Amino acid sequence: MNDEQPSVIRRLRTGFRNSPRGFIFFSLLPTLVLVLVFTYYPFLRGIVMAFQNYQLFDLTNVHFIGLDNFKTMFNDAKFKHASINSVYWVFISLILQFTIGLSVALLLNKRFRGRGIFQGFVFYPWALSGFLIGLIWKWMFNSQIGVINDLLIRTGIIHERIGFLSDPNWALSSVIVANIWYGIAFFAIMLLAALQSVPSELYEAGSMDGASGTRKLFSITMPYIMPTVITTTLLRAIWIFNDPSIIYGLTNGGPAGSTHILSSLMLDKIMYGGDYGAASAIGIVMIGILMLYTIFYLTVTRSEKLGDF
Amino acid sequence: MKRPLQKALKVVFLTLYLMVMAFPLYWIVITSLKPQKEIFSFPLHYWPSQLTLQNYINIIKISKFHIYIANSLLISLSAAAIVVCIAVLSAYVLARFRFRSHRHVMLGFFLTQMLPGFVALAPLYLLMSKLGLINSRISLVLMYTVGLIPFSTILLKGFFERIPSSLEEAAMIDGCSRMSALIRVIMPVMLNGISATFIFAFVQNWNELFMAVMFIDDESMKTLPVAMNSFVMKFDVDWGAMSAGTVLSVVPTIALFAVAQRFIVDGLTQGAVKG
Repeated sequence: MNDEQPSVIRRLRTGFRNSPRGFIFFSLLPTLVLVLVFTYYPFLRGIVMAFQNYQLFDLTNVHFIGLDNFKTMFNDAKFKHASINSVYWVFISLILQFTIGLSVALLLNKRFRGRGIFQGFVFYPWALSGFLIGLIWKWMFNSQIGVINDLLIRTGIIHERIGFLSDPNWALSSVIVANIWYGIAFFAIMLLAALQSVPSELYEAGSMDGASGTRKLFSITMPYIMPTVITTTLLRAIWIFNDPSIIYGLTNGGPAGSTHILSSLMLDKIMYGGDYGAASAIGIVMIGILMLYTIFYLTVTRSEKLGDF
Repeated sequence: MKRPLQKALKVVFLTLYLMVMAFPLYWIVITSLKPQKEIFSFPLHYWPSQLTLQNYINIIKISKFHIYIANSLLISLSAAAIVVCIAVLSAYVLARFRFRSHRHVMLGFFLTQMLPGFVALAPLYLLMSKLGLINSRISLVLMYTVGLIPFSTILLKGFFERIPSSLEEAAMIDGCSRMSALIRVIMPVMLNGISATFIFAFVQNWNELFMAVMFIDDESMKTLPVAMNSFVMKFDVDWGAMSAGTVLSVVPTIALFAVAQRFIVDGLTQGAVKG
């Protein structure tokens, strides 16, 4: 009896820490506490704000106002405009980033001299922030002394300078061009990695059966890399939808709100308006759209995937 | 007969692509090295008539650029180091053990990557002011750490899964505790994965703008992106100084990525390829 007691205590003391259960608990503890307190709590708090009158400059007057923030939002022309812009922004960026990224990946898939350096250039925009990329393109798009106007005039494509960022007819397209430039790298790299995992026996078998290059692309390569295609396009669409940093750097939503997307409009309400309630209402609409999109996308692609494999 | 044409098309496409990718970087670097007058003169020069460091000297004179760089370095390095320590533990556990809430933890991590994070921005600002952490570098280290834990964990989990668990089991039979097996046996093997995660985290921290703008407005605490942001508002037309500032901001991260490109690509593509 007396002999056993210390060992029980010892087991209780060190045993839990060294048992798999204890190890799991202590290893996950810091992560879970930090993420719950500083990510999930503020996030849920933000959702509640959507139903409150919550103005940074009037913090004594915080109270629940039901759906008023949503009513104001749906009557706001800026919100409607930003919603439509978000659709263009996401789909045009995504389709072109993907198509160009896939072409580059296909061309880089075979070894050639200088491929390493080339990959470096495909890759480097990842090291830059969206904000700085916005600034760099703002300089290039400048209507007076911008290099893009200069190049277009020199090559005779245009004869008069275009206000790429100051003309509401051009601004959204210009912002999307910068975004496409930024995002090609992601697809090129992810798809290249997927292409290199396609077993070469498949191509050999294809060649023996007399399949042409295009036939092999559509019957071997594409089905094989389909899981990567589905994951990357889904994730990328969500990131493009959520990330306002290029727009912030390039136009900050201007001219006259013509380049706002939902996330940049929301950011604008937080940083410059101090209207946290209105910002959160936009946030809730965004969460709703993301959920619907994800469910829709996964349902559609899963059926396709089943057909392929 | 088809071959040479195909090859030529391929070369043309890749060259064009290379030029489009490289040009913005080239142009900002060239602008930063031009004398002030030449930046605004027509016709545009694609190679400056005279190279000068005047823009760099100006930006250091008109602002405390060395302080911003020091702040950015301090904050980005500390947050990246803390993230790696915390994420290594949780990634190891999630890679090696299947427990009841495993799926929920992973789902909780994936959700943080998909939800619009700005919903949390205003409450975080209020939380930080309650904690007295506005205008403090600690708030940024804390927020950057938390923000990167989920992604770093997912990334590192992929690296752990490539290492056979027999490795640490052997060490544990020899009398190591699990913790020391992890530190002495496993971590040296996956140094590449850990470096990739560290560099990725560093670059994200170095580039982060919106939380830094919200939490910091004291000159002596500003990070590079915050400084560039106030620059845009103050000296919108001074493209000489702006381009010098941009170049100074991007050089460290581009250099890091160039050095570690192989590990990072390897690390980031792991998960996606497995599907």
